[in-house]
Amino acid sequence: MTDQKSPAPAPAAGTADDAARVAEFEARIARGESIEPKDWMPERYRKQLVRMMSQHAHSEIVGMLPEGNWITRAPSLRRKMVLLAKVQDEAGHGLYIYCGTETLGVGREELVDQLLTGKAKYSSIFNYPTLTWADIGVIGWFVDGAAIVNQTMLAKASFGPYARAMVRICKEENFHKKQGYESVATLANGTPEQHAMVQDAVNRWWWPSLMMFGPSDKDSPNSAELIRWRVKRDTNDTLRQRFVDLTVPQARAVNLTLPDPDLRFDEESQQWEFGQIDWKEVYEVISGNGPCNRERLAARRKAHEDGAWVREAAEAYAAKRNVVSAA
Amino acid sequence: MTKDTVSATGGATTAAETQWDLWEVFTQEGEGAPHEHAGSVHATTPEHAMQNARDVYARRGKIVSLWVVPSGAIIASAPSDSGPFFDPGNDKAYRHPQFYKTPRGVRGL
Repeated sequence: MTDQKSPAPAPAAGTADDAARVAEFEARIARGESIEPKDWMPERYRKQLVRMMSQHAHSEIVGMLPEGNWITRAPSLRRKMVLLAKVQDEAGHGLYIYCGTETLGVGREELVDQLLTGKAKYSSIFNYPTLTWADIGVIGWFVDGAAIVNQTMLAKASFGPYARAMVRICKEENFHKKQGYESVATLANGTPEQHAMVQDAVNRWWWPSLMMFGPSDKDSPNSAELIRWRVKRDTNDTLRQRFVDLTVPQARAVNLTLPDPDLRFDEESQQWEFGQIDWKEVYEVISGNGPCNRERLAARRKAHEDGAWVREAAEAYAAKRNVVSAA
Repeated sequence: MTKDTVSATGGATTAAETQWDLWEVFTQEGEGAPHEHAGSVHATTPEHAMQNARDVYARRGKIVSLWVVPSGAIIASAPSDSGPFFDPGNDKAYRHPQFYKTPRGVRGL
């Protein structure tokens, strides 16, 4: 799969990871150089990138589903336009990252197939249901907010195509977060019923949003290696803390509480301490038993199948054009 | 270089036989700016590639012009010969103005 795309002199399969090359590769990383697709890289680095990038791309694509669910029921034309634009952005973000994985020799179709057959993973946050309109605002605020914290770090990743996709995404993602927070603030300042609705959404989304940053550092098998190769710059727990510190004051500003009795400001560290995450729930959702895992995959498959005629029509048109131009 | 399997930017075009051709996309952000590589799209025809490139890489902002190029048409230098290949540009200090001495007090050079 990947040997064919290595630059000359082509290493024989299996002997590629010799110590000298690894040392030179790690020296480049240490100098802060960017690794480009045709550069030599350890097979393990390539595998880790394909794993991370494809999960990330899948998350963008599946992420369209909980929000798309509310497009037809948006409460005003303004909110509907905003939501349409956001969902379209998510499709674009998925494509940016798939395009990045293709530079590593893995085709998009192959990855989409892994998603549709349930072999691939995506962010567990999208396996929770969007029960009310307030969920849409809270997703923009929490989920996109958490994604920005993560992606701002990834914009400095050592692999050039991934970093460049992240720069592009971060530029667009700020709109996602701000529109969400605006919607939340509007509801929070609205009628008592509206305030209660958005508080309920906050209560349901807070913990799953903290889980988005992945397992705690002590249980994160990939972290050390990813940081050593500068794919990541910070650990899961550091990023999670950054998100909490950003978000708590934002919740207070609009008179919303966060569902954590242990949440308190620590004067010494100048950070918000928070309670214990329910890791059992995290692993349940990751292993396919979240509230919406099956529904999400079924919706993705249906969209793929329903779009088949468009793909066939495009191919038929291209074939016809080739016949005409050959004549 | 294995032109038929790998694009200049590294993309695989034969990972799946049913996959549409890969096109590299270049965008110009504002008049007078250079066209810069933005990413790639899959498409069946040049027009299709142009429309996909617009939808993926020009949803907002100041893009005033797009180029789409079949990935296989790009010939790229290889990292392994970047040293010797670019050497002629590095060993000629006399191509830079700093190489030349100017008499003290002379301005506007």
